[in-house]
Amino acid sequence: MSELRQIAFYGKGGIGKSTTSQNTLAALAELGQRILIVGCDPKADSTRLILHSKNQDTILHLAAEAGSVEDLEVEDVMKVGYKNIRCVESGGPEPGVGCAGRGVITSINFLEENGAYEGIDYVSYDVLGDVVCGGFAMPIRENKAQEIYIVMSGEMMAMYAANNISKGILKYANSGGVRLGGLVCNERQTDLELELAEALAAKLGTTLIHFVPRDNVVQHAELRRMTVIEYAPKSKQADEYRTLAKKIHENKGNGVIPTPITMDELEDLLMQFGIMKREDESVVGKAAEEAVLCV
Amino acid sequence: METNGETKSQNAENVLDHFHLFRQPQYLEMFERKKREFEDPTCSDEVERIREWTKTKEYRDKNFAREAITINPAKACQPLGAIFAAVGFEGTLPFVHGSQGCVAYFRSHFSRHFKEPSGCVSSSMTEDAAVFGGLNNMIDGLANSYALYKPKMIAVSTTCMAEVIGDDLNAFIKNAREKGSVPQDFDVPFAHTPSFVGSHITGYDNMMKGILEYFWDGKAKTVPPLVREPNGRINLIIGFDGNVVGNVREVRRILDLMGVDYLIVSDNSDVWDTPADGTFRMYDGGTKLSEISDALHSKATISMQSFCTPKTLPYIEKKGQETIGLHYPIGIAATDRFLQEVSRLSGKPIPESLEKERGRLVDAIADSSAHIHGKRFAVYADPDVALGITGFLLELGAEPAHVLATNADAAWEGKVRELFSSSPFGAGCQVYPGKDLWHLRSLLFTEPVDFMIGNTYAKYLERDTGTPLIRLGFPIFDRHHHHRYPVWGYQGALNVLVWILDKIFDEMDRNTNVPAKSDYSFDIIR
Repeated sequence: MSELRQIAFYGKGGIGKSTTSQNTLAALAELGQRILIVGCDPKADSTRLILHSKNQDTILHLAAEAGSVEDLEVEDVMKVGYKNIRCVESGGPEPGVGCAGRGVITSINFLEENGAYEGIDYVSYDVLGDVVCGGFAMPIRENKAQEIYIVMSGEMMAMYAANNISKGILKYANSGGVRLGGLVCNERQTDLELELAEALAAKLGTTLIHFVPRDNVVQHAELRRMTVIEYAPKSKQADEYRTLAKKIHENKGNGVIPTPITMDELEDLLMQFGIMKREDESVVGKAAEEAVLCV
Repeated sequence: METNGETKSQNAENVLDHFHLFRQPQYLEMFERKKREFEDPTCSDEVERIREWTKTKEYRDKNFAREAITINPAKACQPLGAIFAAVGFEGTLPFVHGSQGCVAYFRSHFSRHFKEPSGCVSSSMTEDAAVFGGLNNMIDGLANSYALYKPKMIAVSTTCMAEVIGDDLNAFIKNAREKGSVPQDFDVPFAHTPSFVGSHITGYDNMMKGILEYFWDGKAKTVPPLVREPNGRINLIIGFDGNVVGNVREVRRILDLMGVDYLIVSDNSDVWDTPADGTFRMYDGGTKLSEISDALHSKATISMQSFCTPKTLPYIEKKGQETIGLHYPIGIAATDRFLQEVSRLSGKPIPESLEKERGRLVDAIADSSAHIHGKRFAVYADPDVALGITGFLLELGAEPAHVLATNADAAWEGKVRELFSSSPFGAGCQVYPGKDLWHLRSLLFTEPVDFMIGNTYAKYLERDTGTPLIRLGFPIFDRHHHHRYPVWGYQGALNVLVWILDKIFDEMDRNTNVPAKSDYSFDIIR
């Protein structure tokens, strides 16, 4: 068996992390890789396209029913989907209560202690939004994910989030082995998106590993709870994901310690591409009719 | 401030202790008034009715159907066990990453049991640390601990707070090291010990494994991992043990008698029994740091308490050692097994002197058999301790009618049942994993026993149910120095036998001491 490769997908909420990661992993599975997906999001939607199910029963939900996590077996929590991809969801509390971060820690400890990582080539963590607390940093602790892929777009807040995630990685990179694998831009069709994404990648000391174009076939596949790889294997979009999968596969060991930038530098970047005007304080806080943003 | 001539009250010339002071009329009147005016008291008939109801089978059934509450659990939390394991190493300061109050509790717990100061520090996390993460507390805490207490090693564990916010010890300690809190080559092993998982025996296991991993697998990637070069030595891991002081010394005596090459991995028998000779010892004795590395090369490891080492022992086995798991060897069969394993592993015969000790124990048991035979006992303790006591009671011809451990699982239940079925005295005995002392209270009312074996907390059960208590286990706060006596080995079993017999005879005397009524049996000879 080859050495276990562990990767993680991070990114702003709603950016398409789960969609991108599941499609990419489906493509990796096509290449014969044995894969385990660990969903680290209380919404528990990281595996629906692989399993064709609405929501997988989560580790924490099952643990709560059984009494404690010690009462569970791996078989109880693991489902097998498309191309034998194994799926678990850590799950977590309803919005507004409890501690989802602790749930991530509990779930990953459970999986490691109960041999869930045996007989596979890839573990992929799909992690909620920002690294909001120590629990959501669990996948990037030492001996966990080696490379982090940040899913982003040309939108300012997505770039802001990518920068924040880089800060989180930096914290752990100096003391451990975690590295930034690269950015994955999920096209939103904003202005100069590719250029911006590449510029941000350069600022962060990494590369834009792939630019995934927008294609409605993704939406069609999603509605059927399928990956594009499975729903439309011959489509152009499926090939895009295959390319991304191949790039990630070949990117082993090429991760970097990121160099996150300040908010000012980020704004400077947007100015550089003409998306914001330098020193143009006059537009701040004004509605579109009052002052049209220069585009 | 005397109120009248008849009432004694506090003054500097004649200080009344709490036993007498609060029985004075002015206090009795105050307590009565407080109850009447502030406690909204239920009438005493109703209180009495409920008290009687809690003794019934009906109440017991309700009690055992309980799902959502634990009352008086017989267990503590993980960091307590982590500290226990850590102080068994030379010059080691236990450092708990988390809030201060937890650590005050751990320290007092040990001090009250061992009657010794118990050194342990916390990183004093407060609200800001909960929000921003405890990295700065780790950096400052390690620096202060190193400077103030001059340890040879700092062993870090965690409280609930640090665990909930997800502080990563490995990364934090590395950061602290880089910031110069401790020298680059200073040893800081660690273990995550969330208090809301498992119990103190889980924490013992985690810390023991954490320390071994640290020394064997390359000191958190600062040096190359060790390569095992097997030798003939035998490691012993003691486990969490209230009688550790006596037991370790007894084990040493036995193994020295046999001439075995052995190493006790985590030996806290000295740090919790320091002499009063004018020198304060913050650290004393313990396994040398160089010996932790050496332990990898040993031929085999014996865990004296398997349920204290469920992760540590398999880890050691994976390194290539033979491992043996015992369950707190009290009594003849359990000691036999221990000695036979040591003899097999070391190739050294069991010496005649130990065979004689065995014979003397058998003789002592036979001498007192008439008084113990058929007596019914309730036992609660940590899983291994409970197994040790149960096995010994069966050997004595007593019936361990109720055996309970709050921090035990189905595997333990199976082991206890095995013991029951190995002896005719085990027929009809029951085992209760995961139950608490309020369950035991119901059992003692509905299926009474003659005696109970447990820790200090059992004194409330003794008071409520009238079941005489023999103190064994951890913690024992209200009797002194028992921890200095071994309970392992043939000599240790003799101690346990004597404690049980003392209680049996005390009870016999207490039940026969009314002049001209029952004192026809108030005998000089028992």
